[in-house]
Amino acid sequence: MAEETAPRPAGHGGEGGGPRGPRPGGPGGRKFFRRKKVCKFCVEKIDAVSYRDVRLLQGFIAESGKIMPRRLSGVCTPHQRRLSRAIKQARNIALLSFSSR
Amino acid sequence: MQRTYEVMFIVRPDLSDEDVDKLISTLESQATGVGAVIKSVERMGKRRLAYTVRKFKDGNYVLLLVEGSGDAVHEIERRLRVTEPVIKFITVRTDVEQKRLDKVKKIRDSRRKHSAIAAAAAAAATPEAGTEPAPAGAIAPA
Repeated sequence: MAEETAPRPAGHGGEGGGPRGPRPGGPGGRKFFRRKKVCKFCVEKIDAVSYRDVRLLQGFIAESGKIMPRRLSGVCTPHQRRLSRAIKQARNIALLSFSSR
Repeated sequence: MQRTYEVMFIVRPDLSDEDVDKLISTLESQATGVGAVIKSVERMGKRRLAYTVRKFKDGNYVLLLVEGSGDAVHEIERRLRVTEPVIKFITVRTDVEQKRLDKVKKIRDSRRKHSAIAAAAAAAATPEAGTEPAPAGAIAPA
C-alpha cells in the first residue's frame, strides 16, 4: 500500500511543476502586487470613534451588517477595538442594523 | 464624583415638536432634582430606524450631555424607561474617553512644536553653511 501511494504524489508534483514552471508571485501563486493596507484612522488622525457618526461606521460594516474584519479593512488593533465598540453602541440605538437579511 | 455622560434617546415619531420640548424640559427639571446638570440638548431630528422598535420605523433622536454622578444618571435612565413616548435610549460615559483624547492631542501638539523647532534650527543652520562652505557643509548632512 505504501509503495503504491508514495510515487503518486511525486508524479503528480512533476506533472504540475513541469508545464507551469516556477511561479513569480511566491508560493501562493499570486501574480499581482498587493498594496499594503493602512489604518484609515491612523492616517487621517481620527482619534475619537463616535457611535453617532453613522457615515464613518457604515464604511466598516459588511452588507449583512457584520463588522468588517481587520484583515479586510486594514484598521489597526486599537482602532478596531474602538470601532467595534462604536458599532455595537450604534446598533443599540437603532442607528445601524444588527443584521440586514 | 462628577462624570460626563451622553444620553441619547429616541422619541416616538408621532409626537409633536412642542410635546418633545415639554418632555425635554421635564427631564431637565428631574435631572436637576437628582443633582445632575444637563449641559446641552441637541435635537438630531427624525431619522429612519435601522430596525423596527415597538412597531415604529422612524424615530425622533435627542442627545443630552449630562454631568453628574452615576446614581443621578441611573435615575435619569429609570425615568426614561418609564416615560412612555421614549422608545429607546443609550447612555455612554464620555469623560474617560475625553481625557484620553486630550492626552493624545497634547502629545501631538508637543510633537508638532518639536518638529517646528527642528525645522527652525535646520533653517538657521543652512545660512551658516553658506557662509562657511567647507566645515559647516560637512556637518549639516550628518
